[in-house]
Amino acid sequence: MAKMNLLQAINSALDLAMAKHDNVYSFGEDTGGFGGVFRATSGLTEKYGKHRNFNTPLVEQGIIGFANGLASQGSYAVAEIQFGDYIFPAFDQIVNESAKFRYRSGNEFDVGGLTIRTPYGGGIAGGHYHSQSPEAYFAHTPGMKIVTPRNPYEAKGLLLSAIFDKNPVLFMEPKRLYRASTGEVPEEEYTIPLGKADIVKEGTDITVLGWGAQMEMTEKAVEKAEEDGVSCEVIDLRTILPWDVETVTQSVLKTGRLVISQEAPITGGFASEIAATVQDKCFLYLESPIARVSGIDVPYPLCHEKEYMADHLKIYEAIKRSMNY
Amino acid sequence: MAKDKKHNTEIVTKPQWFDGESVTIPMLQILKEDGSFHKGADMPEYDKDLIVKIHDTMQFIRTLDERMIAAQRQGRISFYLASRGEEAESVASAAALDDGDMIMGQYREQGALAYRGFTVEQFMNQLFSNEKDLGKGRQMPVHYGCADLNFMTISSPLGTQIPQATGYAFGQKMDKTGKCTICYFGEGAASEGDFHAALNMASVYKVPVIFFCRNNGYAISTPAQGEQYGGDGIAPRGIGYGMKTIRIDGNDVFAVLRATQEARRLAVEENEPVLIEAMSYRMSGHSTSDDPTGYRTREEEDDWKVKDPLDRLQKWMMNEGWLDKDHVEEHHAEVKAKVLAALKEAEKVPAPHIDELINDVYDEPTPLLKEQLEELKEHIRKYPDAYPKTSGRID
Repeated sequence: MAKMNLLQAINSALDLAMAKHDNVYSFGEDTGGFGGVFRATSGLTEKYGKHRNFNTPLVEQGIIGFANGLASQGSYAVAEIQFGDYIFPAFDQIVNESAKFRYRSGNEFDVGGLTIRTPYGGGIAGGHYHSQSPEAYFAHTPGMKIVTPRNPYEAKGLLLSAIFDKNPVLFMEPKRLYRASTGEVPEEEYTIPLGKADIVKEGTDITVLGWGAQMEMTEKAVEKAEEDGVSCEVIDLRTILPWDVETVTQSVLKTGRLVISQEAPITGGFASEIAATVQDKCFLYLESPIARVSGIDVPYPLCHEKEYMADHLKIYEAIKRSMNY
Repeated sequence: MAKDKKHNTEIVTKPQWFDGESVTIPMLQILKEDGSFHKGADMPEYDKDLIVKIHDTMQFIRTLDERMIAAQRQGRISFYLASRGEEAESVASAAALDDGDMIMGQYREQGALAYRGFTVEQFMNQLFSNEKDLGKGRQMPVHYGCADLNFMTISSPLGTQIPQATGYAFGQKMDKTGKCTICYFGEGAASEGDFHAALNMASVYKVPVIFFCRNNGYAISTPAQGEQYGGDGIAPRGIGYGMKTIRIDGNDVFAVLRATQEARRLAVEENEPVLIEAMSYRMSGHSTSDDPTGYRTREEEDDWKVKDPLDRLQKWMMNEGWLDKDHVEEHHAEVKAKVLAALKEAEKVPAPHIDELINDVYDEPTPLLKEQLEELKEHIRKYPDAYPKTSGRID
């Protein structure tokens, strides 16, 4: 075990993956010798050479198009998009190509070796284009997997699973936690299964669900609620697509209440999908309306960031409202 | 990966503008329209077997196209895209490659697939989206693909395969396969951002890829000159990306062979990406959903008829004594009969089983997908008459 922050855990996962197979490639804007604007790929060029970890020209649709081709050739392509906010030029390559590659060819070809890493999320004074949480755009896309970790341990295990998973994976890294979140992480290889939610804490009164950086907010809110005597079951969804319906519904069948928190705007956010599914499967067991604690429906703001964020106080209030319903 | 190349820019002290005609690119032609060679032309490597195979494949594709357009008109298939007038481009370029090279196409390159050995039955199974289709009946007609023949499955979004070809070729280079990738696209698709991304990246990484542009004058109804681009076609762009580039007569089998053979050598031996712009004419409509009389003249079409790639090759082969009129007619009748027989056979093959609806979305169907399939099956059992393709053999 070693103490690592989230960036170091990601770097360690990339390092181990590249050591394991010669045909694991890491690339993106400034990810070469410089090691990436967040330093996630630092040291990889020195260790594996400039043909294994390298810079791309500044063109997101090209990065993902290139990655699709490389993965279809049988390699593991780990592409970085510098900020989740700049993934949209590659939307066509991801939605129409990566996600449909296996299906449309009848499994003659696939891009299972593709992993797209991208920093996402707010809380860093990033304004409109360094703060977005675009998961819901991609969650409407059969064929993609979407994964986001909440801490360094999760980041390393989930990224190693993502790289070697037989499907294209969008791996969203909570950049607010890159250096803020630290913890004990095994130095050797280990994996955390995709598609499995994690029950972070068991409870009986209410289920509180989130993913990625939002888990920090959620856990803070839960601490406060537990001081009031509310027993909260805390779940980290971890994989947004395909999501773990079973674990979430089992929890709500037990607690009868659900609060979902997400950073993204509320309308069309992934919390809506979860809420609809849970009310369908747990209708007779629900004791109160399902609450979604989200960003509001505005572009991610700069000066009002604190007001905008789905912080622990908003989640705490939602828990109270649900309990008192 | 970056090459050591300094900016050695010459300094001038008066403004010196370069306009769109600073570089004009000539067109390689070896076989003239009358079926004779240009004197002193630089010939490709060829022998009789190769030329006969190219010819027979071109004629097969032309016959297949004619029959399947008719089949679409009769409502037997939903859609079709012919490659009439452009058969030399796909067939002769495929003939210049190694069978292990990857082909990534747009959708008008069925000639390359036929040259590789895709059978008339395989064509039909895809066109009828039946249970023998390699693509499991999921895509529109003419979206062929075959891993065994190294022909990447076609998709409708234009230009997306171009950066994918760069990535694929990167993998081939790193794995030291000695193979290359050819990527076909039309002059319309070359306006997509993916074209720019792909050529730039290929040039930076020096990968073994041949970009083969079929400039056939039209993107559906949009004429190339003046409405698709304002410059001298697609070829000068290759130079801008620092890439070896050539323009050829796409209706001349020998020019296509000559250029693609050299391109392959450059790609595989020197890791040089290459751009080939082949000039041709889309003699048919864009697809069965299109009627070209709405946007171009009969005179223009007639002008191009005399340049027909198949006629031109046949003239030469007859002069050479490699082909006679009887053979052409016999062969045509034979191919037609084969196509018709395969059509009738493929039509009778049932659609893929309903379980195939959820396979291959991921490597394994997810629990949610299995649940959705079960619900769907329950519904079909309730209303079997409304779903005749599947209700008879649902369990």
